[in-house]
Amino acid sequence: MRALISLLAGSLFGAGLLISGMTDTTKVQGWLDIFGQWDPTLAFVMGGAILPMLFAWQLTNSRKPLTGGQFPSKATTELDRRLILGSILFGMGWGLAGLCPGPALASLSYGGVGGILFLISMILGMYAAPTLGAQLDRTANAA
Amino acid sequence: MQIEWLWGLGGGLLIGLGAAVYLLGNGRIMGASGILGGMVDSSDRSLERLSFLAGVIGMPILLRPFFSPAPETHLTSNIVIVILAGLLVGVGTRIANGCTSGHGVCGISRFSLRGIVATIFYIAAGAVTLALLRHIWGVI
Repeated sequence: MRALISLLAGSLFGAGLLISGMTDTTKVQGWLDIFGQWDPTLAFVMGGAILPMLFAWQLTNSRKPLTGGQFPSKATTELDRRLILGSILFGMGWGLAGLCPGPALASLSYGGVGGILFLISMILGMYAAPTLGAQLDRTANAA
Repeated sequence: MQIEWLWGLGGGLLIGLGAAVYLLGNGRIMGASGILGGMVDSSDRSLERLSFLAGVIGMPILLRPFFSPAPETHLTSNIVIVILAGLLVGVGTRIANGCTSGHGVCGISRFSLRGIVATIFYIAAGAVTLALLRHIWGVI
């Protein structure tokens, strides 16, 4: 049952990424390009995606997940170096190529060799992240 | 193309619907980097995550033939930039513990401070990177 729900969620996500233009790097970079020909499309994608989730989070107050268990605990408000530095690194990569993790997966079948190369590099980066993260914590403590 | 924002909005609603199904059905936050990252570092290689990835990759294969012109990625052909960008996205999203879907869509919609701050930083970093490389150095 959980696997079926995941398949449905992933399918909706993949369809949305394809339809919205999120897998088109010219659109993504067009949105980030505030000093050039700015393309507002992504604001609509983000707004559209947040809308159903506003209702979904409301429902988590009074219900349990369909397949049992608990909903995620309340969001923490703690801001740390990892969140800030990680987001900056991610943003730099996002600006460079115009792909983030979801669209990199969704476009796997039509992104060509470059898309596969991006995905492999991203996976290698994910593989290296725990080591680099620990390094980051050590330098933070030493400072 | 005046109707592109409508496709954006419609696609966005589907993305949010997927996140809502994942949350209300399985009680989990739908984050692409977290789901893939859990497979990479073997912290979670459950069937549940595998079938999510199958949906994300599989649905565009089914739907794309119905579009004219078919959506393309228009990814740069500069291999150095592709590899560097991939590494940065992989490392960054795992260190920050989230990407556009987890921090952006799921975080902002629950008014999470961490999600909102992460989103501000990755959008700002993306805009500055693009401005430098496109308009100052003319590389991309």
